[in-house]
Amino acid sequence: MKPNFEQLYLQMARMRYFEEALAGLWHRGLAPGEMHLGVGEEAVVAGVLAHLQHGDALSLDHRSTPPLVARGVDMSSMILECIGDEAGLCGGQGGHMHLFSPEHLAGSSGIVGSSAPLAAGFGLAAQLMSPGKVAFAFFGDGAANQGMLLESFNLAATWKLPVVFVCKDNHWAITTRSRSVTGGCLRKRAASFGMPAAAVDGTRVEAVWRAAARAVARARAGRGPSFLLARCCRPEGHFLGDPLLRMFREPVKQVVEITPPIVRAMMSRPLGALVSRCGYLGRIGMVISRVGGQVYITDPDPLARAARLVGDEASRRLEDQARGEVERALEDALERREQHA
Amino acid sequence: MPRMSFAAAVEAALEKAMAEDERVITFGEDVTMLRRNLFVRFGPGRVRQTPISEAAFLYAGVGAAMAGMRPVVEIMMIDFIAVAFDGLLNAASKLKAFSGGKWNAPMVIRAGCGGWYGDGGQHEQSLWGILAGMPGVSVVVPSNPADAAGLMLSAINSDDPVVFLEHKFLADYWLDYLGGASRDGVSFDVPAAGAEGEVPQPLREVPMGAASVARRGGDITIVSLGVGLHRALEACETLAARGIQAEVIDLRTVAPMDRQTVTESARKTGKVLVVDEDYVGFGLSGEVAAVLAESGVSAGFARVCTEDVIPFARHLEERALPNVRRIIDAAEGLARMA
Repeated sequence: MKPNFEQLYLQMARMRYFEEALAGLWHRGLAPGEMHLGVGEEAVVAGVLAHLQHGDALSLDHRSTPPLVARGVDMSSMILECIGDEAGLCGGQGGHMHLFSPEHLAGSSGIVGSSAPLAAGFGLAAQLMSPGKVAFAFFGDGAANQGMLLESFNLAATWKLPVVFVCKDNHWAITTRSRSVTGGCLRKRAASFGMPAAAVDGTRVEAVWRAAARAVARARAGRGPSFLLARCCRPEGHFLGDPLLRMFREPVKQVVEITPPIVRAMMSRPLGALVSRCGYLGRIGMVISRVGGQVYITDPDPLARAARLVGDEASRRLEDQARGEVERALEDALERREQHA
Repeated sequence: MPRMSFAAAVEAALEKAMAEDERVITFGEDVTMLRRNLFVRFGPGRVRQTPISEAAFLYAGVGAAMAGMRPVVEIMMIDFIAVAFDGLLNAASKLKAFSGGKWNAPMVIRAGCGGWYGDGGQHEQSLWGILAGMPGVSVVVPSNPADAAGLMLSAINSDDPVVFLEHKFLADYWLDYLGGASRDGVSFDVPAAGAEGEVPQPLREVPMGAASVARRGGDITIVSLGVGLHRALEACETLAARGIQAEVIDLRTVAPMDRQTVTESARKTGKVLVVDEDYVGFGLSGEVAAVLAESGVSAGFARVCTEDVIPFARHLEERALPNVRRIIDAAEGLARMA
């Protein structure tokens, strides 16, 4: 079996444009509250969900819109939900972190790590009532330190549940570097529960597709769960308006706001502590510069990489198609909103 | 009607549900031992041993329910739900609302609860107040075998999450399982009328949200449930000898609460005593007071509840829980109020 690159690219483009549309709505003030985008995760989601069949279940985290777009959930209804409209997918009760589509067996949660036990439950139902069906769990590297997620690895392994655990490793747990709060290696950690664990470059959709193919085949055959560690990136930060990224996007305002209290903290008595305080300040500076380095210099764009797989002409054509779909969904959503406003 | 133990009645209800509907499964710690009869009949696919991982397996119950099953998830003792709260608080209870009414989680969380046997404050709590405070969750606390069987059937057939609490003095195999009943020299004040009783055949559902009147009287209303109900009934004998006739209401369901039965009795007697083995603050007893106030019933009010961390030592524990002496004192004080 070989991947259909054009289909993968089309899915990735849909997700990207959809997230950009959400960002636009958030910046215009139409979407209240937090907004966690899945920009940078497109290759992971597309590569994994290319193997999804009807009847499979989807357990998602707070970045749930890209997988739901890829799953074919109505985009217009999701947009309405994210702007708090009662005509939205969940009647305005859920919002972007709590999106549910029973006909797609897809649900999300804003509690970090909870997608794993939910997927275990989906997997249990599949094992008993529809063998051959699979449950997919998406979560981040930050979630890998959550107890219920690790418990779920053990539960799925011992019960041989048909679950594919997909860790989207973007190296950050909110604004904390994952490495600084994570013991050992996540791939080995998962493997120690007795399931196959693979690490892939999550910005290369073909690599994700291949690794996922093995994991899904194993689950469908009733041989149990697998773990996929897909390294990806997070160019829009933890959420829109991420305080780390704001340092780069509006540096003057941030420096003016942050500097005076920091200077006071540095200069408070005894002044003998100044040297170590400089060191602590330097640590914060390192975190900020690392974010900048990743977002502006080193992190690759998974879409640009996937575009090379399909060529210029096809990528433009597919982008146009995806952009058109998202634009129509957005127009439709705003029109429906107007109608009953 | 045949007589059955509380535990046998619950098991009969679960067995009936499992025999009639293959979507009903049960899992939890030690269930192959605790539910060995069901295990032998239905096998390891539907009666599943779990690791000691309540957070994962309770939440997995939510997922299984969302995918069409009707799991009965056992949290051995309700105290242990602390480590698994997310699946109940943030998933099961909110699913129906979050999905705009399109999706629900028909699951039962079954757990032992309550004290009086010297197991210390992490293994003897009731906690139904905390649980019933969540929108979207029903909480049932039966006090006798017939209600236990009927409420278990209702819980399994409910389309929404239900917490089914069985007091360890009623489902008294717990005392044996925990090793406590296997020695001479240790005695437990198990309420006989709750631990064994007549159960209608065939088993019938007892609706959730419907209280029952366990004793008629006109001087004072006692609202209780679980083992507290039996302590209250015992107190009524002394009260009657002293000329006080108490009406005793068995709530049976904490949430949704049967407001009508409570307020009707309160209107009649004008005095309400709540006997609640759960903590005194911010829970069931205060809820009853609020129900009375909201209904415009002007009634004298008192409560006998658990006021602090439950002590280990038997004599201290006895004093901390709503014992018969405390109930008599509170009821007398209330009855003699002008």
